[in-house]
Amino acid sequence: MPISLRLAWRNLWRHKRRTWLTTGAMVFSNVLLVFLITWQYAMYGMMVDNSLRMLTGHFQIQHPAYFDKPRIENSFQLSKSTLEALENQDGIDVLVRRSEAFVLASSRERSYGIQIIGVEANKEASISSLPGLLKDGRYLQANEEQIEIVLGSRLAKNLKIKLGDELTLFGSAKDGSTAAAIATLVGTLETGVQEVDRNLAFIHLEDFDAIFAMEGEIHRVVALTPSVDSVDTLLTKIPELGEDVVVRDWNKLLPELKQSIQSDMASSWFMYSVLIILVAFSVLNTQLMSVLERTKEYGIMMALGLNTLRLASLVLLEALLMALLGLLLGIGLGLIVVAILGQTGVSFPGMEEMAAEFNIPSRMYLEIDLRSAMAGPLLVFSASILAAIYPVLRLRRLRIVQAMRAP
Amino acid sequence: MNISLLSQLAWRNLWRNHRRTFIMLSAITIGVWAMIFMTALMRGMVDQMVENGLNTFTGHIQIHHENYLDDPAINNSLPYPGPELIAELNNSPAWTTRVRVPAVVNSERESRGVMLMGIESEKEKALSFLADSIVEGRYLKAEKEKGVLIGKKLAEKLETELGKRIVIMSQDPDNNIVDVGVRIVGIYQAELRATEEQFIFLDQGYTQKILGIKNQISEIETREENFRDLAARKTVIESKLEQNQKIQDWRHLNKLLAATLGMMDGFVLIWMLVVFIALSFGLVNTLIMAVFERTREFGLMLSLGMKPRLILSQVLFESLFLLVLGLTLGTGLAWLAIKPMESGIDISVVAEGMAKMGVGATLYPSLETRDILTANLIVILLGVSASFLPAFKASRLKPIEAMNVN
Repeated sequence: MPISLRLAWRNLWRHKRRTWLTTGAMVFSNVLLVFLITWQYAMYGMMVDNSLRMLTGHFQIQHPAYFDKPRIENSFQLSKSTLEALENQDGIDVLVRRSEAFVLASSRERSYGIQIIGVEANKEASISSLPGLLKDGRYLQANEEQIEIVLGSRLAKNLKIKLGDELTLFGSAKDGSTAAAIATLVGTLETGVQEVDRNLAFIHLEDFDAIFAMEGEIHRVVALTPSVDSVDTLLTKIPELGEDVVVRDWNKLLPELKQSIQSDMASSWFMYSVLIILVAFSVLNTQLMSVLERTKEYGIMMALGLNTLRLASLVLLEALLMALLGLLLGIGLGLIVVAILGQTGVSFPGMEEMAAEFNIPSRMYLEIDLRSAMAGPLLVFSASILAAIYPVLRLRRLRIVQAMRAP
Repeated sequence: MNISLLSQLAWRNLWRNHRRTFIMLSAITIGVWAMIFMTALMRGMVDQMVENGLNTFTGHIQIHHENYLDDPAINNSLPYPGPELIAELNNSPAWTTRVRVPAVVNSERESRGVMLMGIESEKEKALSFLADSIVEGRYLKAEKEKGVLIGKKLAEKLETELGKRIVIMSQDPDNNIVDVGVRIVGIYQAELRATEEQFIFLDQGYTQKILGIKNQISEIETREENFRDLAARKTVIESKLEQNQKIQDWRHLNKLLAATLGMMDGFVLIWMLVVFIALSFGLVNTLIMAVFERTREFGLMLSLGMKPRLILSQVLFESLFLLVLGLTLGTGLAWLAIKPMESGIDISVVAEGMAKMGVGATLYPSLETRDILTANLIVILLGVSASFLPAFKASRLKPIEAMNVN
């Protein structure tokens, strides 16, 4: 062990209690940060994933005007070969086509205005979680004679219809004529998300095409990629699809999702910075004390020929060792906390209501994620080293003779 | 030795190492500032959520037909309150009734599903944001009103505007579709986009005529003195209700709101404790150092006959002064930081995300006395307790050994 390292290490333990208290401040903050950041990012990930898996997908192809004016005539056509080429492209897991319209749905007793979505029934389950959330009956199946419809459970209840009952749909077709059809209820979905359960209905895309005179045109192509993070790079590789379509990623499709994450992130990081600053002050105080109380010692060392630079590096080394101790203990303990909570799950009062609003489970099982575990402690580490700079700078004011005479 | 001398000693000791004191003071100040500042922001956000939530046709207490919440259809209506119920409702600061049924609106170009509200325009003013939020045209007249109020976003979606006609379609109690063409007389703007898209408003009498429900309404809503404590009021009103009518408060009608409000108090306390703990390491450390470097001095004092108890109080006084100074500065700074913001902070960058929480594009921090008190109490009480150990150690020094420390 080089002499300065040994010196620094021993200096630290001259005041055991002080060193432990300062390290303790670091460890406390680090454990808290490891837990909070892991929790936070797990929640964001789940929010994004669950929201996108509902209907939106990772990106969509639409008519340029459809996003602002989702009118039935803002539709487009993609040739089969284009679609297949896209689907075979690296980084796209699956593509589905959808069309949407607003209709008046009437049962024998009730009428409601609803959003009806035409889907490719056999592929929908691979992109959306909705087909998996059946409450009653079954999802749409291909090649049936009648027009099948699947409703949100609440909507079905409000319409007072049961499986097998008929529902009249009434709206306007793409060409402006009246669109009307009678559909048979084959299943209901329950998601816990009000907008879906109260408002949505699904039919086969072919039926939709016929009812609304779409002539093969559609409103969205929804795509899923292996991960949210890969969307940006993927979009740069998508070939030009023509003038009458645009590609929109999930950020543009669901701006409130990213924004609610950002606003939460802003307030969390404000709190984290406060913690980190408080730790830095603690370190600053300790280091300053340890420099001031050793004035005499430093004077002697300098008189013996040690230059200011060596002295400065010695003090920095002490800070570094202490910060390292805090870092390792903090991450270690933090990971243990996360691992335990990974087994038991975390929940708090009120989380159930929150969970329903933001598409997250009401009990979270944390997983150890080194990247989010390191972020907080590394910041504490850097702040601690920075805090040691002021005490080090004070060394320059040291005058050998006066220093040696210090009490 | 009297208190004033003791505190004078403690005060002077504090400034013997002014650099150390300043650093610790800054830490306490920043900590307290952060406690109060952050809490004011969070409180402001939650207050706004609650206010918006209650103003958006939830109120404090609502009465419905027992099946209405499950199935908000026209068949699940109740009669307009009779004299006895009205007499009781008049004990509330404000109340109103509404017809509230699903409907479809058609403009020349588009159709949307909405909630049709038949309101008593005068009474409604005291209960919801509506009357103050008309941005174009006018509010509903008290009598002979046949116009409709719609939200700004809905007008955009329908590609229609003030003065144009829209067709409203709904159901009468016999399941016949009824429709009526009405002129848009006013456009309102709400904090939340979803609200603007969801609700349209007609005069109550006119709505009842269209729907063929004479004197029937969907809900009665009241506003009470204190929205946190409604149990007593609920019981009183409930005794005047008929069998198939159900009374509920906002906690039941908006569960997310109730949960958030409940979580807030817990969160504030945890946040303050966490900041305090982070602070306390530094505080105890500072005191330990202060005691350590004065070991000789304490030894001398003890051998001159100073009582250990007084040494203990002297160190505690030192800590108390430090804490009180930090608290005063921190609280003052927090106040200074929040005062200029009380007219609102622009958070429109994340507006749509906040809208999901029921908060508008402007955040109004709310500095509450009880939060300031909590922060101060936590720091003083826990701070002095944390200082007890170093103070105790100082008082238990052995005079001879202590004097021989160099």
